[in-house]
Amino acid sequence: MAANDYQSVMARKNEIMKKAVGIDYDRFAQGELGFDYEKMMSEVGYDLQEIIKIQKETAVGNTPFIELKNITKLARKFAPKGKGARIFLKDEAANPSGSFKARRASISVYHAEKEGYPGVVAATSGNYGAAVASQAVMKNLETIIVQEVFDSRGVGQPEILEKGRKCEAYGAEVLQLSVGPELFYTFLRVLEDTGYFNASLYTPYGIAGVETLGYEIDKELKERENKSPDAVIITHAGGGNLTGTARGLIKADAQQTEIIAASVDLSGLHMASDHDFNRKSFTTGHTGFGVPFATRPDRADVPRNAARALRYMDQYVTVKQGEVFYITEALAQIEGIERGPAGNTSLAAAFDLAQKMDQDQIIVVQETEYTGAGKHPMAQLNFAKENGIVVKNGDPDQEEAGKSVIIPEHPSQIKTRPIDLDKLKLSYLNKVIEETKVKEIKEIDLKFLADEINKSKQETEKILKEEFSLSVVGG
Amino acid sequence: MGDIIKAKSWVQIYQVVLPAGKRAPQVPDDTKKVPLELKVKGFLKEDAKMKDNVEIKTVTNRTLKGKLIEVNPSYEHKFGKMIPELLRIGSQIREIIKEEV
Repeated sequence: MAANDYQSVMARKNEIMKKAVGIDYDRFAQGELGFDYEKMMSEVGYDLQEIIKIQKETAVGNTPFIELKNITKLARKFAPKGKGARIFLKDEAANPSGSFKARRASISVYHAEKEGYPGVVAATSGNYGAAVASQAVMKNLETIIVQEVFDSRGVGQPEILEKGRKCEAYGAEVLQLSVGPELFYTFLRVLEDTGYFNASLYTPYGIAGVETLGYEIDKELKERENKSPDAVIITHAGGGNLTGTARGLIKADAQQTEIIAASVDLSGLHMASDHDFNRKSFTTGHTGFGVPFATRPDRADVPRNAARALRYMDQYVTVKQGEVFYITEALAQIEGIERGPAGNTSLAAAFDLAQKMDQDQIIVVQETEYTGAGKHPMAQLNFAKENGIVVKNGDPDQEEAGKSVIIPEHPSQIKTRPIDLDKLKLSYLNKVIEETKVKEIKEIDLKFLADEINKSKQETEKILKEEFSLSVVGG
Repeated sequence: MGDIIKAKSWVQIYQVVLPAGKRAPQVPDDTKKVPLELKVKGFLKEDAKMKDNVEIKTVTNRTLKGKLIEVNPSYEHKFGKMIPELLRIGSQIREIIKEEV
């Protein structure tokens, strides 16, 4: 029998994964440091029309698309003359499991059934677990969800407890773990034990499933307003939401649409720390995932992550926890739409960004998520108070993650703070170069790196030379 | 002597997955000092008492072992008390959008 200690199981990682996702990632290897991303997406994934058909069968997608007239009106009160773009919202909470993650789960589960796997496993503390479980029961497959839930005191984040409940409501077995990245170890052991499909968030199936979201937004806006969105703003964590949506927009031919990422600012908190775990009020959509996944996407549970946010991001902004709670309350109070806070991260950012755009422009907030006990500003702020976090009204700029949540005193205080994308791109390059230890860059690798950081080959070559003293060789 | 919990009861069990000394090398120090713990629910296979080491059958028909910690485990998360810091938002923004420019 194989040994089950941490090191031994991790050493079998590639072998376990190959069986559990059925993808031979080596097939896409290319050059010294890269791989053929588009080849992976097209050979392994399903095409857009097939995906639309698959999703229709399990009631995924075609969610309401709503113009937020009162929030737009409110934003315009603080915008310079002629400014204040119209804000639209894609109400993804209307998916069967209450979030856009149903899109992501649908193709994985469809594929698992087609390939004859008896069940699916997913490692997630988020809405994805419920999405996988919901899609799986429709196909009569078993589901196991591995969740990071509680700290060493046994105290669980209310948001995660609610998501776990929802998984169980759909008949899933939920493995609730304490804090730590070894969740992945437990996940591997479950895959080995069951022979189930790894419904990873980061396979081409998971990402291709989100393409319909971008595609629908463009199609619906063209029908209503005869134009593509000027900007689409996406709550960013692992990168799949952004990557899938952006690819869908490109497939709809919305090439000019600006892709903006937004995360809750949790800088200073360590994501694997037992102590810090319950000092955050957001368990997803935050910089603790958003930054590391953008700069090193292949940290995921598959060898090559299909979510590669830096390829598509035109801007990346952060908002504070208190600002997201404020806008969540505003969405309920003046639009009559009560939704979960984490999904409203991009709405908080859109509220500020709209004020910088022209009145005839349109910014689309591309998701909402369901709300309920635990997953609600009241629950999350009560929990924060119980864990020694100061909750007060004031200037959100003063908010310090892990110490305070500051609810704005006035809506004019809701502001985005830019993240320097060029810095993230440098950090991405630095990690690739460190890991692969390349001494020179071949032409094919230059093309890969340029695509990865969404810059021209010339610009990328210049950065490689100036920052890393690496030159490009060969033709 | 605790009460006997009947076989087939819906219960929650507890295991230590990795003890404090055997955690992944990359975890921060505070996390290294504590074990990686697991809780999972299922149907009790045989009559037992609280804190016994037992076997359960999960909803996916797997057999798992662990310490019996709860019977009919509850969902305790809730909305909780009203948050005064949120209370003012509704009336504040309704007033602002009514104001004429």
